Amino acid sequence: MSDTSTTNAGPTLDGAVLATEHVTKAFGGLVAVSDISISVAPRSIVSIIGPNGAGKTTFFNMLTGLYKPTAGRIRFDGTDVTGKRPDIITSMGVARTFQNIRLFSTMTALENVMVGEHSRMRAGLFGSILRTPAVRREEREVRERARETLDYVGLSGSQVDTLAINLSYGDQRRVEIARALASTPQLLLLDEPTAGMNPQESDRLKEFMQRLREEREVTILLIEHDMKVVMGVSEHITVLDHGEKIAEGDPQDIRNNERVIEAYLGKQAE
Amino acid sequence: MTALRGLRKARWAKYVLPVTAVVAAALLPFFRPPLDGFLDDCILALIFVAMALGLNLIVGFAGLLDLGYVAFYAFGATAVGWWASNHFGGFNGDGLHIGVSSFTESQPGIHVNFLLLLIGAILICALAGAIIGLPTLRLRGDYIAIVTLAFGEIVGRFMQNGDEVTVFNDYALSNGRESIAPVDQIDLPFLDQFDSALNLRPYYWTMLGIVLVVLFVNLRVRDSRLGRAWVALREDEVAAASMGVPLVKTKLTAYAVGGAIGGLAGCFYGAYLGSVNANQFQFGFSILILAMVILGGLGSIWGVVLGAIALTFVNYRLIPDVLDQGAVNDLKNDLGLSFTFSEVAFGIFGFVLVLMMVMRPQGLLPERRRQIELTEGTEESVFEARI
Repeated sequence: MSDTSTTNAGPTLDGAVLATEHVTKAFGGLVAVSDISISVAPRSIVSIIGPNGAGKTTFFNMLTGLYKPTAGRIRFDGTDVTGKRPDIITSMGVARTFQNIRLFSTMTALENVMVGEHSRMRAGLFGSILRTPAVRREEREVRERARETLDYVGLSGSQVDTLAINLSYGDQRRVEIARALASTPQLLLLDEPTAGMNPQESDRLKEFMQRLREEREVTILLIEHDMKVVMGVSEHITVLDHGEKIAEGDPQDIRNNERVIEAYLGKQAE
Repeated sequence: MTALRGLRKARWAKYVLPVTAVVAAALLPFFRPPLDGFLDDCILALIFVAMALGLNLIVGFAGLLDLGYVAFYAFGATAVGWWASNHFGGFNGDGLHIGVSSFTESQPGIHVNFLLLLIGAILICALAGAIIGLPTLRLRGDYIAIVTLAFGEIVGRFMQNGDEVTVFNDYALSNGRESIAPVDQIDLPFLDQFDSALNLRPYYWTMLGIVLVVLFVNLRVRDSRLGRAWVALREDEVAAASMGVPLVKTKLTAYAVGGAIGGLAGCFYGAYLGSVNANQFQFGFSILILAMVILGGLGSIWGVVLGAIALTFVNYRLIPDVLDQGAVNDLKNDLGLSFTFSEVAFGIFGFVLVLMMVMRPQGLLPERRRQIELTEGTEESVFEARI
């Protein structure tokens, strides 16, 4: 990590862009996530894996402010964001996609991406009514940038003005990533991005993530089930099971970790 | 080149219909006598167009079902009752007068120029809109409807019993079940005071002006950052919040802007009727406006305009002047039926709405988005295949 000087160091653990400390979430008596501490280095690609129901998405929802942690702290880029509102966390530079695509289905691909830029825009009610030169310019720039972002993820031509609901599944996934990128995030959270993709598409997404990191300098935190993608792309993997962290390390460590194998394949009969 | 020309033509053509409609609407009074029943209905239609556009902003754009919209009419009209009548007769000795004509100046009570009244109504209703919005922030769907409904009822009841509620020495909140009347005729700067007993035209043009302003605001806001945020919110609150849309602020803005428009129209309505009648602040009023929005097409600005005009004419012309008179009435009497259609007006609206829901659920002029919601992703094709 030679480039720590470029990031705002702050009181984080060794310049991590994201750090969680003992984060716990309980729904009534059910502890969905228990005592998770992770640290994500800038410009890394990090995965969270685990069987269904392990608490991965709940963990994501806490990182993005949809849930408030029952206990623990979350720091983003040196600032404590525990329990902050989702829109504030987004404006600070965290963006996400969803496990089940959650596009605004009756808006066009372009409009979806423009909503993604909401936190970067300034136009207020009166400015919008009067359509002042500043608002006009902003609107034009945002539209232009949204087109570029869509082009970057591979949507162009008439697809840009197609309603999200009418796009193919793969393209909807792309628009969701573009919408997340529109807020110029430092940290991008992808919740099972390859779900429903065939091996070629997954491969392309893998390359795309690496490209994103290189060209846009984003850190990527990934929830993924496809082990080929996980092992191929991540530098660091955290494994959750029943809400607890059972292992972490580089892909090689994880592959050989007994508890991980057990969690995935079940214990062998004795 | 031809494609470019086609584009320019399309852009130009887009404005033809609205401009023609506005010019026709502006010239209409010249073809009618100054004091005319039809012109009266047209003024009512314009008032309801403004109100329906305001409600459409809350329900159609932001997707927050508001069943208490009558509250904004109540506030707007009450502004007139308080600040442009003899209601506070004992106030300040001879009364308080700001920018009013010489005749009104001689009256006791508070009398304020109509432009200031409009501004006051806008401010009060924007604030009231935000206040009504607050308790609904954590709610969704039907629950928002229930809370707003209750809010509308509270305001209505409060005004109906307002004669019992006094503030400072004996200033009653309202005149109870009796109206606050008469209220001042509209008085605009640089113009003579209007007189609804002689000439309705100035009232018509004033309200047309208000409608144009409201339309302008609606169109501008729809195609802005805020308008997109509202639609995003309507579609998926979780996704919208995660994309950086602040839920509280965005929702409250919808309530405030929608409420302000309702107050604006309500203020004019009070002044036009010449009285502020608390008995009108009923749940049925909210439903009437909502029916206009749904009839025209939820979320569609031009659809709502059409829906409001249509229902106003059904309510104020078709039912009292056509169905309850002449041939239809005779036929009804011959059949031995002893009711008037005015008494069952809500039954008629209900019937119209049911018809609409069956035949054209997306409204008269549907919004593009709503049309998709209602037609795509349904299992219509499966049903058709079965038939």
